[in-house]
Amino acid sequence: MSRQSNRTTDSKKMNAELFTLTYGALVTQLCKDYENDEEVNKQLDKMGYNIGVRLIEDFLARSSVGRCQDFRETADVIAKVAFKMYLGITPSVTNWSPAGDEFSLILESNPLVDFVELPDNHSSLVYSNLLCGVLRGALEMVQMAVDVKFAQDTLRGDNITEIRMKFIKRIEENLPAGDE
Amino acid sequence: MAIFSVYVVNKAGGLIYQYDNYVPRAEAEKTFSYPLDLVLKIHDEKVVVSFGQRDGIRVGHALLSINGVDVNGKFTADGKEIIEYLKDSTNYPVSIRFGRARLSSNEKLMLASMFHSLFAIGSQLSPEVGSSGIEMLETDMFKLHCFQTLTGIKFIVLADARQSGIDALLRKIYKIYSDFALKNPFYSLEMPIRCELFDQNLKGALEIADKAGNFGPVS
Repeated sequence: MSRQSNRTTDSKKMNAELFTLTYGALVTQLCKDYENDEEVNKQLDKMGYNIGVRLIEDFLARSSVGRCQDFRETADVIAKVAFKMYLGITPSVTNWSPAGDEFSLILESNPLVDFVELPDNHSSLVYSNLLCGVLRGALEMVQMAVDVKFAQDTLRGDNITEIRMKFIKRIEENLPAGDE
Repeated sequence: MAIFSVYVVNKAGGLIYQYDNYVPRAEAEKTFSYPLDLVLKIHDEKVVVSFGQRDGIRVGHALLSINGVDVNGKFTADGKEIIEYLKDSTNYPVSIRFGRARLSSNEKLMLASMFHSLFAIGSQLSPEVGSSGIEMLETDMFKLHCFQTLTGIKFIVLADARQSGIDALLRKIYKIYSDFALKNPFYSLEMPIRCELFDQNLKGALEIADKAGNFGPVS
């Protein structure tokens, strides 16, 4: 985990556990406030969306990747560049649908859920739902509408953590000039 | 100063940030006695010299202040019409400052929107598919550089024609925007940028680019 101080390149590293604790405090407070797992999932998604629309500019400014020409390229960039840059992990891209518009990201480790166990009364809580919102918000800013959800989650008893991403459509309103 | 101004335009074509880095050098203040030998006219809500160029006061210069007090369009600061004021011999001798009129913020907004529309012409005229929009506009006094991000935000820099390294400066400004504007949770997207840290860092980046990039004769 690294944090920008004032200039361009990465400098100080922040304690990853502080990040895990912060996220945990966020989720537990949301659970107390809303008392309903579905509602908490929605809020996490919304918060993730707001993060995503800002994070995409940071990502583009720092990584200087060009526009992706198809969904496969997008998947590669997300897994190999974006996840590496922000969470320090490299998920693998698998399970492509025959039409090439859906794929899965398999995460071996998830920094958000280090040390976390879900209690029984929160069995439908998608703890890392923030990530889904971030991916959705970020891609929307580069004119791609996607649907992102957790297909499997180690916190809820599955063997692996799998995020399923489905391409819905290209957003044609407000295209930046030169992209039609 | 070889970098003259920076404009940031949002996705919809609205100007969200503007910074001017130059002082117009051509300004002249003179004391006049009745009758005034300059011919003045009203143009675009400002009083400009239409004939009678002399002593550093050129045709096209706008009247900036009377007796040290800045004027307000075609009225003086206390609301009197300037042309009438200067026809009255009892107001003389008067000290008037003329200079190149600065663009007002409304004019800048309009010009930014106009550029946003024109930007697309670059890609539409292109013989090849997939061309970008206008990246550079060149005149004999300055060069305008434009960088559009994948999300539709445009960063525009007006610089001296001899200034180099503007591409790197545009990318730097993008980074500063993604840091100090976007990471400020109280800044809403697409709105005018009013973040102090953004201003400070932008000025710093411009200073560095100024020192590093000028290979022509220093003016």
